[in-house]
Amino acid sequence: MKVPHMTTSKISVSEAGASDVKPLLEIRDLAISFATSGGEVQAVRNAHLTIMPGETVAIVGESGSGKSTTALAAIGLLPANGRVSGGQILLDGEDIAGAPEKRMIELRGNTIGMVPQDPMSNLNPVWKIGYQVRETLRANGRPDGPDDVARVLAEAGLPDAHRRAKQYPHEFSGGMRQRALIAIGLSCQPRLLIADEPTSALDVTVQRQILDHLDKMTTELGTSVLLITHDLGLAAERADKVVVMYRGNVVEAGPSLDLLRNPRHPYTQRLVASAPSLASRRIQVAKELGVESEDLLAPSEASPGAAFTGTTAQHRAQQGKDKPEEVLRVENLSKVFKLRSGIGRSADFTAVDSVSFGVKRGTTTAIVGESGSGKSTVAQMVLNLLPPTSGRIVFDGVDTATLNSREIFAFRRRVQPIFQDPYGSLDPMYNIFRTIEEPLRTHKVGNRASREKKVRELLDQVALPQSTMQRYPNELSGGQRQRVAVARALALDPEVIICDEAVSALDVLVQAQVLNLLADLQANLGLTYLFITHDLAVVRQIADHVCVMEKGRLVETGATDDVFDAPQQEYTKALLNAIPGASLMLPPEVATA
Amino acid sequence: MIQYVLRRLLQVIPVFVGTTLLVYYMVFALPGDPIAALFGDRQPNPAVIAALRQQYHLDEPFWVQYGLFLKNLFTFNLGNDFTGQPIAATLGRVFPVTAMLAIEALVIQGVFGVAAGLFAGLRKGKLFDSTVLIASLVVIAIPTFVLGFVLQLVVGVQLGWAKPTVGSDASWGTLLLPAFVLGLVSFAYVLRLTRASVIENMNADYVRTATAKGLSRPRVVLAHILRNSMIPVATYLGANLGALMGGAIVTEGIFNVPGVGQKLYQAILRSEGPTIVAIVSVFVLIFVVANLLVDLLYAWLDPRIRYDK
Repeated sequence: MKVPHMTTSKISVSEAGASDVKPLLEIRDLAISFATSGGEVQAVRNAHLTIMPGETVAIVGESGSGKSTTALAAIGLLPANGRVSGGQILLDGEDIAGAPEKRMIELRGNTIGMVPQDPMSNLNPVWKIGYQVRETLRANGRPDGPDDVARVLAEAGLPDAHRRAKQYPHEFSGGMRQRALIAIGLSCQPRLLIADEPTSALDVTVQRQILDHLDKMTTELGTSVLLITHDLGLAAERADKVVVMYRGNVVEAGPSLDLLRNPRHPYTQRLVASAPSLASRRIQVAKELGVESEDLLAPSEASPGAAFTGTTAQHRAQQGKDKPEEVLRVENLSKVFKLRSGIGRSADFTAVDSVSFGVKRGTTTAIVGESGSGKSTVAQMVLNLLPPTSGRIVFDGVDTATLNSREIFAFRRRVQPIFQDPYGSLDPMYNIFRTIEEPLRTHKVGNRASREKKVRELLDQVALPQSTMQRYPNELSGGQRQRVAVARALALDPEVIICDEAVSALDVLVQAQVLNLLADLQANLGLTYLFITHDLAVVRQIADHVCVMEKGRLVETGATDDVFDAPQQEYTKALLNAIPGASLMLPPEVATA
Repeated sequence: MIQYVLRRLLQVIPVFVGTTLLVYYMVFALPGDPIAALFGDRQPNPAVIAALRQQYHLDEPFWVQYGLFLKNLFTFNLGNDFTGQPIAATLGRVFPVTAMLAIEALVIQGVFGVAAGLFAGLRKGKLFDSTVLIASLVVIAIPTFVLGFVLQLVVGVQLGWAKPTVGSDASWGTLLLPAFVLGLVSFAYVLRLTRASVIENMNADYVRTATAKGLSRPRVVLAHILRNSMIPVATYLGANLGALMGGAIVTEGIFNVPGVGQKLYQAILRSEGPTIVAIVSVFVLIFVVANLLVDLLYAWLDPRIRYDK
């Protein structure tokens, strides 16, 4: 089930071979280096890339792989300390790698357009949307009247464009801002569009709409697209060719499906194995083949993506079926926020609307939903950080609303959080020892020596070297930081861990490692997880039960397999369909490889 | 929006009463007898003193004096100073002079400070940037009165480029040197603030996107870097108005400018309660209104800020 334009562009590619059409963009032996305080750092080495007219090529890689740097070099927007230190960037045969700024200003907008990554930060907050479109048109010598601006915005799928043009970016939702950015990027009909993670900051359903629309527009205009993404599933679904980058090198390139079915480079193989969207599909395919999912998911499995022990918990839950103990019970939980709408007036906003669910000891329950669905508000109320407007939260048989301050203190020992942003949730002034020790000290556990011993054990448990103790958060990678956050959450031997988007900020391979770690810890320590996430692929990998939330209400709940295999609600179906790559049916030999 | 402005203007009332009360009390508590000081070394007739004290209500308790002041204020009668001149007329004479001085100083800070800061920020680490950074640090480190006397001596006396003192001849030209001294310290702060803000915004995503749209460099700098960098600078300029008024006292003293600062200084020396409070009241009003204007400017600069909610 490919997107329509792909067939057309495929045809044009084959025609290109026949009628000897020249490539639009050709990157040869490209090397890019950055001047840092520690000397020159090579960010990209020997990058090769060819884009034919009308073709979509995706560069896939994790953060720091050089994929964005390569794309920025093609539009002459390397950061001030970066430079092309070798090779060529041929646009229609003209080498623009060292072109003067004047030439680049001529090319930008008109010939090479860009759709940037983060819709929140890429529109200037102080100018109206219409102004930001108009200045693009004007700079490139196009008609720039109000009607032209509205037309450009409408073409990008923005309804009511005349009125919208008079609004500021903060009055737009993320999806609308991205449409505005697409409108700007395509407003002057460039021949090449660089789309740098154009939807990674958006909810999946919005992501799908935006990408479909982008496909449609570039197909109509015959625009070539250079798509930068970390998501292999998305790349395979949207692009004709995929280029895989790893640590500044192009490690593999080829037609999308070939590369996905038959990855040759070890890094690509790992990427295919741990791409969450593909992994979830793999489980399903394996089931169709009658393979026992326990076999596939045995913790000893070498492939990191396949080593999920999420079902171990399921196993345990089934074993303990004779005494199914609910450690956490949420009953008719609601949260109403008062929004000020004028002097002395306020409007009620129901963030959470009578939500009920139970979590059995030793299992993982996922709450899944898009931004604004109220899932994080539920997590905050369960953590007793936010008082509910109505309803009850029963933890281990006790209503948490009845706890006095000393009992809340004790409650916090038993329920610990792990938050989304591993950069923001660790105090940069605390070293790792102090970070992990802090909960022990706060709860007056043991003496200094025993606490140090505990910290060492915890670091062992999360597979970090003990030498990490003396380091500071800024010296660690995102994955390492999240391991520290896990260690800190485990310090007080809690029973329940609330993971609020705990792996969303991580690259896929790191994400797989952290999910593995969480699954191992659950198996060894009998932990209960409440997992808040927007990512259905993650849910599939770790959760026993899933609760789907939409606009504050619980729309569907059930065992993970049931919800995924036979979703009952339209909303759940839409969410599932929107997973990039979900439509790509991989043959079993790849799936089980 | 109108509601917001009205609310802010209503806030002026408690601020005004509070500051005048405080200033009035401080003058009241000053040691020494202002009437006795009027006569210098002469021994006046006790009956004359008593009459004067009664005329200026100096024999009344504090609350009565303050109450009379407020009453007079609401009838737009600021009373007479100890030399018998109406205070309102004095203020009408001195305020335009200080206003000229302040406007010149504000232009020096605002226009030249922002321009130099923008230039330095865009050329971060280059010669111009390093030079102005060090120079601005020197300016900030030296007290205004030292700077004032040095410039008076060098520019005014030795080079003869400007009149060393202004005297009764206050015009835009003669006030230029005092205004320069008055604005210099804030100029340095505005420069550094603009520079830091420009450096931060230069690397913003939307600036890169603006460049990717094909805009020319001057357009990117003016519409996307400078405009966004003005937001913290506007706040600083508003808050800094108090420092400007305080600085006027010193600067007007050095250059003998017949403005409010000098008048206020004289009034303090003579313990002339009514004059001090009248001038300070006007300062408070200017400060509150100017900050309201800055807040409105702020909302214009940054549309995310809305006051009607």
